Amino acid sequence: MSEENDETKASDEQQEMEETVISPEKSEEAKLKARYPNLGAKPGGSDFLRKRLQKGGQKYFDSGDYNMAKAKMKNKQLPSAPAEKTEITGGHIPTPQDLPHRKTSMVTSKLAG
Amino acid sequence: FAGVAGGNDFQWCFSQVKGAIDEDVAEADIISTVEFNYSGELLATGDKGGRVVIFQHEQESKNRPHLRGEYNVYSTFQSHEPEFDYLKSLEIEEKINKIRWLPQQNAAHFLLSTNDKTIKLWKISERDKRAEGYNLKDEDGRVRDPFRITSLRVPVLMPMDLMVEASPRRIFANAHTYHINSISVNSDHETYLSADDLRINLWHLEITDRSFNIVDIKPANMEELTEVITAAECHPHQCNVFVYSSSKGTIRLCDMREAALCDRHSKFFEEPEDPSSRSFFSEIISSISDVKFSHSGRYMMTRDYLSVKVWDLNMENRPVETYQVHEYLRSKLCSLYENDCIFDKFECCWNGSDSAIMTGSYNNFFRMFDRNTRRDITLEASRESSKPRATLKPRKVSTGGKRKKDEISVDSLDFNKKILHTAWHPKDNVIAVAATNNLYIFQDKIN
Repeated sequence: MSEENDETKASDEQQEMEETVISPEKSEEAKLKARYPNLGAKPGGSDFLRKRLQKGGQKYFDSGDYNMAKAKMKNKQLPSAPAEKTEITGGHIPTPQDLPHRKTSMVTSKLAG
Repeated sequence: FAGVAGGNDFQWCFSQVKGAIDEDVAEADIISTVEFNYSGELLATGDKGGRVVIFQHEQESKNRPHLRGEYNVYSTFQSHEPEFDYLKSLEIEEKINKIRWLPQQNAAHFLLSTNDKTIKLWKISERDKRAEGYNLKDEDGRVRDPFRITSLRVPVLMPMDLMVEASPRRIFANAHTYHINSISVNSDHETYLSADDLRINLWHLEITDRSFNIVDIKPANMEELTEVITAAECHPHQCNVFVYSSSKGTIRLCDMREAALCDRHSKFFEEPEDPSSRSFFSEIISSISDVKFSHSGRYMMTRDYLSVKVWDLNMENRPVETYQVHEYLRSKLCSLYENDCIFDKFECCWNGSDSAIMTGSYNNFFRMFDRNTRRDITLEASRESSKPRATLKPRKVSTGGKRKKDEISVDSLDFNKKILHTAWHPKDNVIAVAATNNLYIFQDKIN
């Protein structure tokens, strides 16, 4: 009787040891979940894919809003263009200064230099 | 055909580097695709600025006996321009996603280049003669006063300095709602396929106003979307066969003889996964970023985030070979997810005889695997090892605690120096490696 208990105890210990040896991937996952507890339960699912399908993201533009904002801004100082390409949605009316500069083409590649 | 390892059999050495040296890299200069043509005479690059630069191999000259001759600029042109889709409020990048050459049929060269939405067929032709002695215009091109013309003459063809002209011959537009990731010329030399995240279309090279949709994986309800198409390629010999890979690490082989719409695959390639090892990252790192048939047509190779796998087309349940590219990154997945590097799309390529494969990594490292000897090597594309004909020294990343001399630790790797695009000459041991805005050309050492 006691022998059986010893055996099961030994195998339990061994199982515990195996479980504590977590794969590097799983420990990385634990790290990520600790930093972002709200991360979706479904990994690599629709959120990722939809983000991928959208790629650059939509830039909303309403000519009416734009013209009204332009009229308002005549008195105010023009805001400086943001350092990075931020998503322009909602209350912020895009102005030519805000939008990322669409460069003109015809500049020869430096590979050909 | 040579192998890849160092030692006394084979060594790679530096040949050329193209591009600017300055630290500040303009985004437009980032190379986004590299491709040799069928003979290896021409090497094309595409960049984020929508430009194509074509290099031509020039024979060795007696004055400067290089190992194999050099690649020099042959032609450069603006392939795509940035656009804005006003209906959807979306910017369309001019970045060249892929270039694929057509097999040469006459003196001119043709290639397909694509951005996210539009594919273009470009003709690159040489002009080395021009007509002189026109009747109606003078040598400057100005129209002559007709009353001054008193005699008639026949224009004569005179030699002129070689001029290489690129002209767009076909524009294949408006067929993709999502972003094009692949184009592939069919072995029939008449058709080609283009693939975006959810659909694959088949085109005829002569017809631009129509294309056949051959794969459509868009679900009726987008909430049910579970995977996207990541790459597609036509079989090198069987014009009815093509494959496409997915973000879930699977590959489907389709036969166009079976149905007009190849939503049902003929073969389904997937490696069984150990469910106990599944983690948040599993699906992301299994996403296939590139699929390439071997030249023989018997095998195909897939690249996922950490490995390269070779599949036998006759065996669907697992790959026949798996090569670890940078397994040491498995314990860095958390930070690679945070800095988005985990989504980097690496390409892979075969050598001409299918005996070796190559793919890129970080820190400007690239890896080569010899399928016969099972040896592998890590090399670096850097300005430091860019002396003419300098042999490239194998690099090593130290994974354990103790770092040997000349090794680099995983934490010291520069993840901004990614080698995503590489190409292997179809016949010779010459490789082109794109390191951000620089193009390196390496070749084997002739002893």
